[in-house]
Amino acid sequence: MWRFLLKRLLLMIPTFIGVTLICFLILRLANAEPMSANLDIGLSGRQISRDALEHLRRLYDLDKPWYQQYFRLVRRLVSFDLGTRWQDGRPISEVIGEALPITLLLSTLSLVIAYLLAIPLGVLSAARRGSKSDTITTVGLFLLYSLPSFWVGTMLLVFLASGRFVNCPWIDAPGCFPLQGWHSFDGFDQLGFWAKCVDVGWHVTLPIFTLSYGALASLSRYARLGILEALHQDYVRTARAKGLSERVVLYKHALRNGIIPIITLLGLTLPYLIGGSVIVEQIFGIRGMGYVALEAIRLPDYPLVITIVAFTAIVTMVGVLISDFLYAVVDPRIRLGEEASS
Amino acid sequence: MTAQALANPDKSKRWRRAADLLLSRGVMRGAAIVCTVVCVVALFAEFIASDLPFVLKFHGHLYLMPNLFNPPELRIFDARLLIEHMNPGDWAILPMVPWGYNTHDLNNVLAPPSALHWLGTDAAGRDVLSRLVYGARVSLTVGLLSVVLLVAIGMTLGTIAAYFGGWVDTLLMRIVEVVHSIPTILLLVTILAVVAPQGFSAVLAIAVVIGAVRWTDVARLIRGEVLRVKTLDYVLAARAAGANSRRIIFQHVLPNASSPVLVSATFALAAAILIEGALSFLGFGIPDDMASWGGLLNGVRDDVQAWWLAVFPGGAMFLTVTAFNVLGEGVRDAVDPRLRT
Repeated sequence: MWRFLLKRLLLMIPTFIGVTLICFLILRLANAEPMSANLDIGLSGRQISRDALEHLRRLYDLDKPWYQQYFRLVRRLVSFDLGTRWQDGRPISEVIGEALPITLLLSTLSLVIAYLLAIPLGVLSAARRGSKSDTITTVGLFLLYSLPSFWVGTMLLVFLASGRFVNCPWIDAPGCFPLQGWHSFDGFDQLGFWAKCVDVGWHVTLPIFTLSYGALASLSRYARLGILEALHQDYVRTARAKGLSERVVLYKHALRNGIIPIITLLGLTLPYLIGGSVIVEQIFGIRGMGYVALEAIRLPDYPLVITIVAFTAIVTMVGVLISDFLYAVVDPRIRLGEEASS
Repeated sequence: MTAQALANPDKSKRWRRAADLLLSRGVMRGAAIVCTVVCVVALFAEFIASDLPFVLKFHGHLYLMPNLFNPPELRIFDARLLIEHMNPGDWAILPMVPWGYNTHDLNNVLAPPSALHWLGTDAAGRDVLSRLVYGARVSLTVGLLSVVLLVAIGMTLGTIAAYFGGWVDTLLMRIVEVVHSIPTILLLVTILAVVAPQGFSAVLAIAVVIGAVRWTDVARLIRGEVLRVKTLDYVLAARAAGANSRRIIFQHVLPNASSPVLVSATFALAAAILIEGALSFLGFGIPDDMASWGGLLNGVRDDVQAWWLAVFPGGAMFLTVTAFNVLGEGVRDAVDPRLRT
């Protein structure tokens, strides 16, 4: 199994090179002379001396051929020398250090909630296959799956947070949920630990709902299928033939095996959520990675864009690796098969 | 299904059958109707919503379909101005929605639904229903173009990878993995921010970019199918009979792999409509002077209480996407029972 994982780990290197290369080439093709774009925005059209321009070009390696620029880019990414944000001169590592935990908070909470609801839903639905409740769950999840998250988020904002439709008298603001941010802006620092948790929880309820329902829909669909498939297996027939109760058959025999596929989906759901947080953070004005990324693209701040894309790609690759690892752990055929063939 | 039902007959069978029936008749028919309506609306947008009438008698001239040809002397008019300036004896047959998608009714900015604007107006005083109608055209155009493109790219690369194997296969699958490692929205937004297309070329650019990024699923699918079919007896037989690679691929392998591609294309169409919606919603998609569902939805930023800007465009997108997804399931069941879930 270690050989299998090592192989997957090594395969991440070419993928990483590919990701950074694609990103570099897109931005590079877009703007043969990034400095001019930067000057238009940064110095608002003021004249700049040739010497200063040359100095800036040297500073940003713009006088080198593209492959040298790319090589330097990779070297800086790998050695974590990320530079500063053009907008305000803050170190990019600091910007990401602030944004990444927020995005991770949103996506892991959504992940946990999606799993906690998806497994029971899938099991119940599979156990009562063909029943009224199964049909309703299946259709409901199908509809949920087709709902665009940016619509759901916007609707929640309009109907629950704008104050036009529902108001909570115990909150001295319009609506029942905040319009923006992942915590209150005023007086957040003075709150105690638990009050902070409540405040953050209140702020992230709608974003997390928006982020998690899609994952919930697809995960419980997989859970239902997995358990239905397990119920067809010979060992389930054997268990039934032994006279075990349907309950024991379902929870001890079918559940354990049927749940394997959705556990291995863990690694793939996390990147999906991080991608989804781009939209959710934008709707709810939460300054996570997605928000910072869109800001950087609008500016445009190319080094920041490349850094963020590289970061999300690494998270995705780690997710895939975790997924492979879990697969190898739960399914002996994978690791044994690999070892037998190598 | 049948094996399960035989092994475990229970009273719930009635429900199952009812659900099956519902899915096969009602829902599928509903989905087909929704898809047809959206396509018709997209095709004949000018006849449903326009500033100018179908037929117009104005100051002694008879105009035929000015809504389509937009004659220069009528350009300064919208429907209301036209009626105000009519001489006795002039007449017009107006479309259902007498507003163009870029007509600014500045007396009714951010107005809720009313008799004048059935679905309200946006922050620039433009009629929401009219923009929905033209948005359907944009959504479907982007969807169809990008699907054609992604199926073409995916089939070509998937077939090449599977058929030739070796380093070609390894390289292409690495590329697939690279594309998969970047969140689609982030990648698309980056490219579109760089390209910054305007006008109708934005529609083309978005379709091309979606196609260029989303071909990986079809490529994987085709690769798997080709690998499977390649080892089947009749392909071996064809090879033994002296057929060359090209003949085997086009005559034997691809026809057998085409039905999963059809299914995948239907789902990809729904996905592409959603992606265009998300891009326009984020402000990187269709420019504001064209109508798009995502762009309309984004109008909520101007006033978070303007519920009509949230409900209608999002609802239109949801209905369309669900209808195409349901059709996809139907196509899957029809062409290949093996794929049924």
